[in-house]
Amino acid sequence: MTNANAFAALADPTRREVFERLASGPLAVGELAHGLPVSRPAVSQHLKVLKEAGLVTDRPEGARRVYQIDPHGLGQIRAWLDQFWDNALSAFAAEVERSVDESDPEKEKP
Amino acid sequence: MSQTITPAAIRKTLTVRTTPEKAFDVFTAGFDRWWPKTHHIGESPLKKAVIEPGVGGRWYGLGEDGSEGLWGDVLAWDPPARLVLAWRINGQWKYDPGLLTEVEVLFTAVGSSETRIDFEHRNLERFGDSDAAKQARAAMDDGWGTILESFKSVANG
Repeated sequence: MTNANAFAALADPTRREVFERLASGPLAVGELAHGLPVSRPAVSQHLKVLKEAGLVTDRPEGARRVYQIDPHGLGQIRAWLDQFWDNALSAFAAEVERSVDESDPEKEKP
Repeated sequence: MSQTITPAAIRKTLTVRTTPEKAFDVFTAGFDRWWPKTHHIGESPLKKAVIEPGVGGRWYGLGEDGSEGLWGDVLAWDPPARLVLAWRINGQWKYDPGLLTEVEVLFTAVGSSETRIDFEHRNLERFGDSDAAKQARAAMDDGWGTILESFKSVANG
């Protein structure tokens, strides 16, 4: 059930943001909590859920724990696709705007 | 331990300054004009990206060496309101006819001159059904950072 759990874990917006921050590289809890509108214990709780869902792993580094996206999990596929579609749809929107501007003199009125 | 959990689909919403007819046309007939050329599954660079019109039409990329990389097929074709594509690329970036994830695009008129695009890529849990998902790690590790960089240059360029 790990895979299904992984996606359920990402349904929460704050948890998704925590996960997406980890997409750029490993971070400690304190670094993750910085700038997020939730408390550090709340971030720890989200990390616990993400870890149980197989999306992130953690390791001790001195006195702190560093979290990173689990390279074995499905999370990478989702994060990759999410970013991919963002870029593809931006390119689509840009092409629509470009073609509309091009045909502007004869712009159809519905 | 059997329980049903609804996975989170990828959802995007954007608005463009044109009619649903025009937006649908750019998305499909104009597919090659906007699809990031950096995204292809074959060895060869992408020369052309195609969505064939109508249900059952193929969705594929043509490589510069003439090779064809199939991505899936058209599941629903209801211009100008709705398009559903089957994305059958697995975690190893290979076409897998047994894999079905759905990409749905809805085009809704907003006033007389704008269109809202509601995009969804769903059934993502099915990526985990194959052995391919377990082997995805290597592909992702190799390609992710590089690919994202390429996308950025395309999107910004």
